[in-house]
Amino acid sequence: MSVHQSNKHDSAPLHVTGQAHYVDDIPTPEGTLHLAFGTSTCPHGHITQMDLDPVRAAPGVVAVLTDRDIPGRNDVSPSPTPEPLLTSDLVEYHGQPIFIVVATSHLAARRAARAARIEYAPLPAILSLDDAIANPTRFDAGGKERVYTKGKPEIAFDKARHVIKGSFDLGGQEHFYLEGQAALCIPGEGAEVTILSSTQHPTEIQHKVAEALDIPFHAVTTITRRMGGGFGGKESQGNHLAIACALASRVTGQACKMRYDRDDDMAITGKRHPFRLQYKAGFDEDGRLLALDMTHYVDCGWSQDLSLPVADRAMLHTDNAYHLSDVRITSHRLKTNTCSHTAFRGFGGPQGMVGIERVMEHIAQTLGRDPLEIRQVNYYKPGAGGQTTPYHQPVTDNIIHEITEALLASSDYAARRAEIEAWNRTSPVIKRGIGLTPVKFGISFTLTHLNQAGALVHIYTDGSIRLNHGGTEMGQGLFTKVAAVAASVFGQPIDAVRITATDTAKVPNTSATAASSGSDLNGMATYNACMTIRDRLVHFASDFFVCDPKEVVFRDGIVDIAGAEFPFADLVKEAYMARISLSATGFYATPEIAWNRDAGRGTPFYYFAYGAAVSEVALDTLTGENRILRADILHDVGNSLNPAIDIGQIEGGYVQGAGWLTTEELVWHPSGALWTHAPSTYKIPACSDRPKVFNVDLFDGENPAQTVYRSKAVGEPPLMLPISVVSALQHAVAQAGGDPLFDLPATPERLLNAVERGHGRGW
Amino acid sequence: MTSISMTVNGKPASGEVEGRTLLVQFLREDLRLTGTHVGCDTSQCGACVVHVNGEAVKACTMFAADADGADVRTIEGMANADGSLGTIQQAFQDHHGLQCGFCTPGMVMSAAALLKDNPKPTEAEIREYLEGNICRCTGYHNIIKAIQAASGQLTAVAAE
Repeated sequence: MSVHQSNKHDSAPLHVTGQAHYVDDIPTPEGTLHLAFGTSTCPHGHITQMDLDPVRAAPGVVAVLTDRDIPGRNDVSPSPTPEPLLTSDLVEYHGQPIFIVVATSHLAARRAARAARIEYAPLPAILSLDDAIANPTRFDAGGKERVYTKGKPEIAFDKARHVIKGSFDLGGQEHFYLEGQAALCIPGEGAEVTILSSTQHPTEIQHKVAEALDIPFHAVTTITRRMGGGFGGKESQGNHLAIACALASRVTGQACKMRYDRDDDMAITGKRHPFRLQYKAGFDEDGRLLALDMTHYVDCGWSQDLSLPVADRAMLHTDNAYHLSDVRITSHRLKTNTCSHTAFRGFGGPQGMVGIERVMEHIAQTLGRDPLEIRQVNYYKPGAGGQTTPYHQPVTDNIIHEITEALLASSDYAARRAEIEAWNRTSPVIKRGIGLTPVKFGISFTLTHLNQAGALVHIYTDGSIRLNHGGTEMGQGLFTKVAAVAASVFGQPIDAVRITATDTAKVPNTSATAASSGSDLNGMATYNACMTIRDRLVHFASDFFVCDPKEVVFRDGIVDIAGAEFPFADLVKEAYMARISLSATGFYATPEIAWNRDAGRGTPFYYFAYGAAVSEVALDTLTGENRILRADILHDVGNSLNPAIDIGQIEGGYVQGAGWLTTEELVWHPSGALWTHAPSTYKIPACSDRPKVFNVDLFDGENPAQTVYRSKAVGEPPLMLPISVVSALQHAVAQAGGDPLFDLPATPERLLNAVERGHGRGW
Repeated sequence: MTSISMTVNGKPASGEVEGRTLLVQFLREDLRLTGTHVGCDTSQCGACVVHVNGEAVKACTMFAADADGADVRTIEGMANADGSLGTIQQAFQDHHGLQCGFCTPGMVMSAAALLKDNPKPTEAEIREYLEGNICRCTGYHNIIKAIQAASGQLTAVAAE
């Protein structure tokens, strides 16, 4: 079978030869025009004067468009709350698009955009969580905070022997997909437009373009062959470019292309939500949590975008792998005058998980114990232990105990921790630390209706198979996995399957490729489409050869019919001659999920993905500089559809998450401008930041839920494995006599401060 | 406008460029060699690495006019003469040293420059040499493995 094999990424031969086309590489029609946004230089205020004549007069400029040139809706928002593409009055962040320059080249458009003369009447700007908490404007719940409660936390606190309180800040994260946002619009006949977009959500691009142009959805086709990375940053943030290109094509009649320069990309687009987390935790002498009150202050930026489901998912991951009997979770979704924070791998789950892991560390510090012991004592019971999450979903598939035990053995955790602490006693400047943290991540969109997918499969008369589905390829290997599913159903080699670009004209009404759900949903839709055709072929063959349908077996590139072997293509040809349809759609909707968001109660997740990591670090206590020396990971992907691709997701997720928690710091200037708007000032992990020793294993098991070939989702869960790096740094800081309850990301400055603070010298 | 001519992937190439035209623009827009990517525009990410007279350079920070008369090699010129994948290309494919693929051309070009000067680099030397090439997907582990394999230093089979 093609599944469960480490098939190479389907685009690998194109990637290594430079032949893979991203949007900016696609040959464009003669006369294609290029776009740039003119953006706000004020974080909050009213536009009092706007003189765009100098822009129009700039070399190469063909047109300048404002909100008055939008025939339909001026709205890029993925949520019901509108978010204007262009503003002519109220600006709400530094970098907000105000007008579109259409010019003969990318450079001409960008240069002209800077020639505008715009004046503002400034309003007070909310540029920090401190400001937002002091003057809250909340999205969601009628301007109120959202609260989920299980049990009776107030009563439980009274019974707790120990009660601790804490608060810390957790920074956001720039996606830094290597390929920046890009879109190309090719006008067709009449009102028709085709959008080639680097997007995780072709259907939303289709809808937003149609609404802006005031045309039916059927007049817009969105095509996405691949993205150069997405990570959530292309779930909604590509809408602006696609609509701008469609508008400009409407006005000029030409094909129009827009790609953000990297500085513009970082200034305009949203990031991972920064959080402040406050907690009060009650526990017993063993460190067992008896009561928890957790509060999230979520920096949403200026517009709602996807902030509500992101903040929801943060609440739903407050438990991580721990049973919380009596718990209250409060979430404030706060408006600030910065870019609108958006989806990013984990979608709030990581922030929620970092919160409870901080609580575990704080308990351990209070009791003078290894944080691992506190974690283990609080784990959900194994398997179906009869316990429920804070949102009342029974945990029935818990394997975190097995994973932890296996990882403790393979990483030699106990002996290394003892050796590290002995070594630290002899090392006055460099301190090492080690930590183990678990991951339990809920799989499914929390917006239940999104858990559906479609596929379209054709078999041609030479036996070759062409596959289309609603998922998008951003490097994660989705197409390779789904092709393996199709090949396996027909017993064909994977090369027999041609994967095609995601196309709203082929599979309609798709969900974003997000929530780690790509292969679960599209793999199963494809499986269903293939089974429809295979059932027809089986029926035809058993009639033709007068045998039992069970005697028709697709395997090893051939069809075995009652013991006689036939080439697959021969059966297909015969079926065609007998007028059997060789094309089918497939559909899948995730079963067994139901979620009452307002009540905070239900079964939002079909299953959980588990994993754990042990990280070891070395910290220079005179500078705060640090290194990850070693990482050991054991991660659960069920029965892997492609072990090499899954391991790649785990390794990449770990390094990306480690970047978020250590080196990647977003800094805004008091003017509201993003200061860290390029990789020169925003530190993304480089090759040397990768752990020196990096052992990654897949947990041997299969998904008890009936997913495609019993695999599990893998996109997001590994991002949370490097919370173990924070745990290790906390160990090292504590070993240096410092205060381990520091803010994140744990930059060298913060770590140095944490060490100094412990000696009464912090700042 | 200035007339320039150079050898690109063994073939003569010429064009008219402005003084400010970057080498990467000339390669992508005039010669339609779009395998050389623009990631960050500011020579941080390395997606635009090409070879100029055998040296790895970031094509987003070199003027096309400065490459006048030079011998330029891009990712499109890295396959063997018969069209089969070169050793480094094959190793990136076999060892899953890529995901989204956007950084891959620059990685392959940097790896080729490294191995030309240092055919058997240590892992530490590989890490250090690749400091100027950012990959956001893979965590670098398989990229290093691919380069070790391409230098004949990895005996384990592919796709472990």
